[in-house]
Amino acid sequence: MVSKRIVLHFPHRLVDQPLVYKLVKEFDLQFNILKAFVTPNEEGLMVLELTGRRENFDKGVEYLQSCGVRIQSLSQDVVRNEKKCTNCGVCVPICPTEALVVEPETRKVLFHNKKCIACELCVNICPPRAMEVHF
Amino acid sequence: MKTIKEINEKIKKGEVVVVTAEEVIELVEKKGVKKAAQEVDVVTTGTFGPMCSSGAYFNIGHSKPRIKIGGGSCTLNDVPVYTGFAAVDVYLGATALPDDDPRNKVYPGEFKYGGGHVIQELVAGRDVRLEAAAYGTDCYPRKKIETLINIQDLNEAVLFNMRNAYQNYNVAVNLSDKTIYTYMGMLRPDLGNANYCSAGQLSPLLKDPEYRQIGIGTRIFLGGGIGYVAWQGTQHNPQVARKENGIPQAPSGTLAVIGDLKQMKPEWLVGASMLGYGVTLIVGIGVPIPILDEETLLAAAVKDEDIYTQIVDYSQNYPQCVGQSLGEVNYAQLKTGKIVVKGKEISTGSLSSYSKAREISEELKSWIKKGDFLLTEPVAKLPAKESGYTFKMLKERPIIEKEE
Repeated sequence: MVSKRIVLHFPHRLVDQPLVYKLVKEFDLQFNILKAFVTPNEEGLMVLELTGRRENFDKGVEYLQSCGVRIQSLSQDVVRNEKKCTNCGVCVPICPTEALVVEPETRKVLFHNKKCIACELCVNICPPRAMEVHF
Repeated sequence: MKTIKEINEKIKKGEVVVVTAEEVIELVEKKGVKKAAQEVDVVTTGTFGPMCSSGAYFNIGHSKPRIKIGGGSCTLNDVPVYTGFAAVDVYLGATALPDDDPRNKVYPGEFKYGGGHVIQELVAGRDVRLEAAAYGTDCYPRKKIETLINIQDLNEAVLFNMRNAYQNYNVAVNLSDKTIYTYMGMLRPDLGNANYCSAGQLSPLLKDPEYRQIGIGTRIFLGGGIGYVAWQGTQHNPQVARKENGIPQAPSGTLAVIGDLKQMKPEWLVGASMLGYGVTLIVGIGVPIPILDEETLLAAAVKDEDIYTQIVDYSQNYPQCVGQSLGEVNYAQLKTGKIVVKGKEISTGSLSSYSKAREISEELKSWIKKGDFLLTEPVAKLPAKESGYTFKMLKERPIIEKEE
């Protein structure tokens, strides 16, 4: 079994296609929609948590890509603007996955992108607003 | 015993010995106070945290025809400035918000842009939009102006902060069952996190706890440029309880500081948005402490584990001015990332950037070593404990309308 959080970008021609339904029906995958934006005549965006057997997961992702959906792994979504970050550390206790930690020697805040689940709690509490959401 | 004059002679000759407020700790441990006091001439401190009582005044120059903005209204990038002066002098406060900012109507408000951000943009050399309306007089007939301004074109741009560099600060926690949004950051319910805001062993007034060297007229690093201590800061309170080492165990002394904004740098004056609270300015300050005697050195060499502060509940105790401290912790404990409050281990977060404070102390050290920065003799003392100077709460009195 694998469970991954992925970001789907789909062109507006696909917005009316029941893509997620197919993931369930044909690939036996469970999904959990974490976020979705669908704007008419624009690109659609959906953040999904997909769970299922590894081969089904891979096939499901392949299917989406064959339809024209661009897939991005979630860890790329919250980005730290290094110029803005002051390394204060107020985000550290707020981060639920310890993706933001203080390096004891330098007292600088490290951002472990791979641990980030894009909950975005750090985004608005950052005083200089250095944590940015990129899709 | 040394004098500031002697230290300045050494600075000019390139012979001065300067260490940071961190480095001095190890030095004193290694060599002992006596020897270290002979060797070291200056200890540099630093702090970089949100300081709301900050602002800047500008003289924007006279337009043709003239306008008297004094007594009228004026905004910079839609942020209102105070105009209650002569024709073209205005003061911009760090926490000022555009009139159309939704504030906390959608709670918690985001406070994306305000006075602190305008100051940072000006310092960065960006053009800022000025709009003003005036009532018009015979000598100042114009009633309206809209123009771009740039810091380079202003006659004066002066940072003048009425309260900065707090000597120690509370650790904020939340005892209630809902998340609160404070000037100490987001505090999660049931002691979800603990936020503190001091550079501890690098912080200027913590390294000269009884204000023996830092005084009115002390030349400092301010926002990346040169500034001066102008006065004691507002709410200066030397009367709080102190440990044997003289260090206050709660927020105590403060500094009012002033300096030429035109020389400052946007990386040391940073506009900040506190979710659900408002806009502020993160200010970088570094103060040199001349090591004139052993006592000064001993105080400057105090370390995080000897600096204590109080844990305060910001859901009830702080806003309602009731209750007591939930306990005392030192900065070494805070910096481990965990403290124990009421038997519960909670994670700590800092609002003040220690790594930036360290950079400031290093920067100031390099200025002094290069001979670019001479020390000044304070022209007057900051009020110390013996002065009786203190900080009072407001006593509200009913306003009784008198009948004619």
